[in-house]
Amino acid sequence: MADEVLQAPLVLEYPFTRTTGPVVGAFLTGLREGVVLGVRRSDGTVMCPPLEYDPTTSEPIGEMVEVGQTGTVVSWSWGGPPRDQQPFDRDVAWALITLDGADSPMLHAVFVDGPSDMATGMRVQVQWADERVGHIADIAGFVPTGENA
Amino acid sequence: MREIAIVSFAQRQEPAITSESEVEFMVPLMQQAKEAVGLRQQDMGFTCSGSSDFLAGQAFSFVMTIDGTGPVPPISESHVEQDGAWALYEAWVKLQCGDVDTAFVYSYGKSSPGSLRDVLATQMDPYYVAPLWPDAFSIEGLAARMLLESGKVSERQLAEIASRSREHASSNPHAVRNTPKSVEEILAEEFVADPLRPSDIPASADGGCAMVLAAGDRARELCDRPVWIRGIDHRIDSHTLGARDLTDAMSARIAAEKAGVGRDKIDFAELHAPFTTSEAVLTEALGLGDDVTINPSGGPLAAHTMMAAGHIRFGEAFERIARGDGDRAVVHATAGPVLQQNMVAVLEGE
Amino acid sequence: MPAQPFQQDPSVPPSCVVEVTGVPEKVASTEPVQSVRTPIRMEYTYTPGRALSDYLVAMKDKKIIAERCPETGQVFVPPRGVSPVAGVVTAGKVELPATGYVESFNITRVPIATRPDLEPPYCSAWILLDGASISFMGLVINCEPESVKLGTRVRAVWKPDDELEMAATNILGWEPTGEPDVEIPDIERIGQKGDLE
Repeated sequence: MADEVLQAPLVLEYPFTRTTGPVVGAFLTGLREGVVLGVRRSDGTVMCPPLEYDPTTSEPIGEMVEVGQTGTVVSWSWGGPPRDQQPFDRDVAWALITLDGADSPMLHAVFVDGPSDMATGMRVQVQWADERVGHIADIAGFVPTGENA
Repeated sequence: MREIAIVSFAQRQEPAITSESEVEFMVPLMQQAKEAVGLRQQDMGFTCSGSSDFLAGQAFSFVMTIDGTGPVPPISESHVEQDGAWALYEAWVKLQCGDVDTAFVYSYGKSSPGSLRDVLATQMDPYYVAPLWPDAFSIEGLAARMLLESGKVSERQLAEIASRSREHASSNPHAVRNTPKSVEEILAEEFVADPLRPSDIPASADGGCAMVLAAGDRARELCDRPVWIRGIDHRIDSHTLGARDLTDAMSARIAAEKAGVGRDKIDFAELHAPFTTSEAVLTEALGLGDDVTINPSGGPLAAHTMMAAGHIRFGEAFERIARGDGDRAVVHATAGPVLQQNMVAVLEGE
Repeated sequence: MPAQPFQQDPSVPPSCVVEVTGVPEKVASTEPVQSVRTPIRMEYTYTPGRALSDYLVAMKDKKIIAERCPETGQVFVPPRGVSPVAGVVTAGKVELPATGYVESFNITRVPIATRPDLEPPYCSAWILLDGASISFMGLVINCEPESVKLGTRVRAVWKPDDELEMAATNILGWEPTGEPDVEIPDIERIGQKGDLE
């Protein structure tokens, strides 16, 4: 056996740039312009963020629908202080949020002081990033609207 | 369909294996599994493995680990970047094709060099989710709260699952979390990702396992009590978190039906349930009644070696049945966030 | 070559083409996003394992440690703790001399962005150490790259003693010894178990 266990820091980095395609591209273009877009599914419901194909029927879908910038928390968990790679500068709750006008939720962060400020059914609104480039983090996160569910 | 059986198994799981490389800790397990049935690598019709280089940040670690099989002269070999349960499935399909009678399957994971809960963010949707780097516990926490608020399960029931795992694990030498803890003690734990407590989350381990499969009479020649794979199926749910019911596991439900779970009495189940919430969802989706002992090994709450944990469920069930602690078992393996992909098998002793 | 306009693959059935409608004018009138940067960064604490640790620790004393296959007698360097031929744990350490010969080589004439220290042209080679059964990679230095041949005898050029670390980079490269060239034997050495010293 080696007298000592050697160890050394190792960093792996992959500088991925991904092509978006027309639907994801439209959504991200919307975020850059301060607009949130969903897509209409084959059953008429609206999914946000949008996919190119209906996840149930696999039909291609591309009818974009502008949805609201306020929504309702469907579920949440407490993330706490931002972890290394997370694009946040304060404590976060993770939440599934169904935006007004959409029928299925999106994952994002909610900025509150602590878990006691979170509740399923609470109303939240988009807080836009100062600089927007066409990226999911153009939504910096969500903040409570203060209204009741 | 050919009869396919598990005929030998070896495993190792520890909180962190820092003094050995993957191939160094896998070679003894590979040899142990082969020697148990008197086979050498040259006797194996097919070899398949499961692992992920992302865990240790070791590029091509799976190629280095093939060295451990004794691959000269060249062997018939394949690898899945998945839990070894899917390597076992590939070997099962190969055996069903009828041109080989034996297969060697191994899997391993060494997560301790990195932060697994963060590394797992890279398996999420690369446009909408992964760039936010949600950690695996927070993602499961979202599903856990939905489950709790749906009334399908209570916090106390989750604590009971955790407490029972610890109790079962006390007799499992491979468990890394096996100290007894009462339901009250667990409910008093501080949250790690509210609503999940430390006892709700998997007991992360480094390690691996190795296994020999054989068909028909070849299996009967190799061991006293082959453990037959009577049914096996795997299904996958949507990758999009918002597009499926996170309080259910439709893919597990269908896989269980196809594997024939409801057809006969089941003595025990080894479920790849990383979280207490996963176990609650699976027990219901697989239709397992109160008479079925769940995770007599302690399950992934007692030792969770990423990329081998599902495969080890097959091995745990094999060992139990082979020594006569039960005749018929349900085995389950999962992959992806919140039970996205599920494999279910029914094992039965000779 | 000028950029080609996007052509729909004629083999894709029309039902699979997503037609996007309903984008508000405010969004549609702007430059569309067509790609997104999603870099991944992960930090690890790498642990090399037993055999490589032994190898790296010995490097600090300018020693090259190999390991022997108990079944075939072959000597592997750098050691991985296992015989890649027989699939068994290696039997013991073997200290190899820092001399050998060039089994194969190439000359690189273009620079690599991540290695500004490597100034082209340079010669990288598979070097078979005396007593080893497997060659490993190194640079041939202190000579004209064009003078390197298959069979050129080389010896290690180490960093100054006060700069030695537990690292393979202690060997700066391999320089020709001036001894007569080695005649390259049968290259199919690996796997021929009966044909070893």
